[in-house]
Amino acid sequence: MVVSCEEVWREVSNYLDGEVEPGLRGAIEEHVRGCKRCAAVVDGTRNVLELYGDERMLEVPLGFSQRLHQRLDENMPGTRRNFLGWMVAAAAACLVVGSIEVARSSAFRGPQLRSEQAHPGSGVPPGMMVVVSEDGKLFHAAGCPFIHEKTKLRTVTAAEASREGYTPCVRCMKKYLATA
Amino acid sequence: MPERMISLERPAGQFNEAMLIQRVLAGEHELFYELIRPYERRVYAAAFAILRNQADAEDVAQEAVLKAFKHIRQFRADARFSTWLLQITVNEARMRRRKAHANIMEPIAGREDDEGNYTPRDFADWREIPSETLERHEVRQKLAEALAELGQIYREVFVLRDMQHLSIEETSKALGISSASVKTRLLRARLMLRDLLAPGLGGDWSSKLSFEKGTKPW
Repeated sequence: MVVSCEEVWREVSNYLDGEVEPGLRGAIEEHVRGCKRCAAVVDGTRNVLELYGDERMLEVPLGFSQRLHQRLDENMPGTRRNFLGWMVAAAAACLVVGSIEVARSSAFRGPQLRSEQAHPGSGVPPGMMVVVSEDGKLFHAAGCPFIHEKTKLRTVTAAEASREGYTPCVRCMKKYLATA
Repeated sequence: MPERMISLERPAGQFNEAMLIQRVLAGEHELFYELIRPYERRVYAAAFAILRNQADAEDVAQEAVLKAFKHIRQFRADARFSTWLLQITVNEARMRRRKAHANIMEPIAGREDDEGNYTPRDFADWREIPSETLERHEVRQKLAEALAELGQIYREVFVLRDMQHLSIEETSKALGISSASVKTRLLRARLMLRDLLAPGLGGDWSSKLSFEKGTKPW
């Protein structure tokens, strides 16, 4: 199968989402290897997805959650909390969080995540074979278009990757993540 | 770390969610906080994608959550709570936007026909992007500005799908448009953002960031 530049531009989105059938996917990759312009389109679009897909791009105003809860309190029948109630709840929460932190730091420390923003991949089958790159932060399914530095790849199990601090790619591993 | 498989059809969290909804319906209103906690950021981001104003987005997010609480009896168990909450948010934000006549300020791109093909601009390669650049406020600012340049129909699809990682189907339900429209608008949004951000184009965005001429900002 041979594809034109126009077909690559039309399918770049589906390609990056992993939603093209293998024949078309191979044809796109073959075309991109020999076409500088399409390579720039695919790389640039992938970069857009990586940058905007980062949690740091979703900033909420400081105190948003507290104000939201306060608004709910004011409108929720029978559960309106007074100021003292809030203070007691806040103090209790601090104590709980504090003790959890102390317990975590002293008794058990999970793998140091390579990305502070990511969540560990607890939903991925531990025996599944995944691909990691030496300087990367994520683990991927083989063939994921979001794998960088294709020269320094290793194949390990998902459990090993997690132990080494890698976290699942939100795209190729999406079906295993319970992030709704 | 628990090493177990989660059902692909129904993530584990949804079982707890169904139980939480039942208990809220039975009168344990305080559990509603627990129910919405995972989606608070998402609700705000969806409102912001439509309104482009922090104060309005926060107000609409609060209104939407309140409305969800008041109408939780209307929630149908075969839907996802997160999608239902987002539908309410999107409707609230669109209503607020209509009332404010903000569409006068809508960028021209928002009125384009989204069925036509889009030709990406031709310029230098933009290959590697260490995500560390996002630590820099000015980079995040530039990305936010580029997003604001998009027309609303593209921005809302892009925010839900690519920033909040909703599936095509969830995005289509939340916005009340077909999956085909989601895909078409998504393609356009992604290519337009790439065109707006890829370095080397007129030196505009790289020069504002004080990068050396001729080098990639990434």
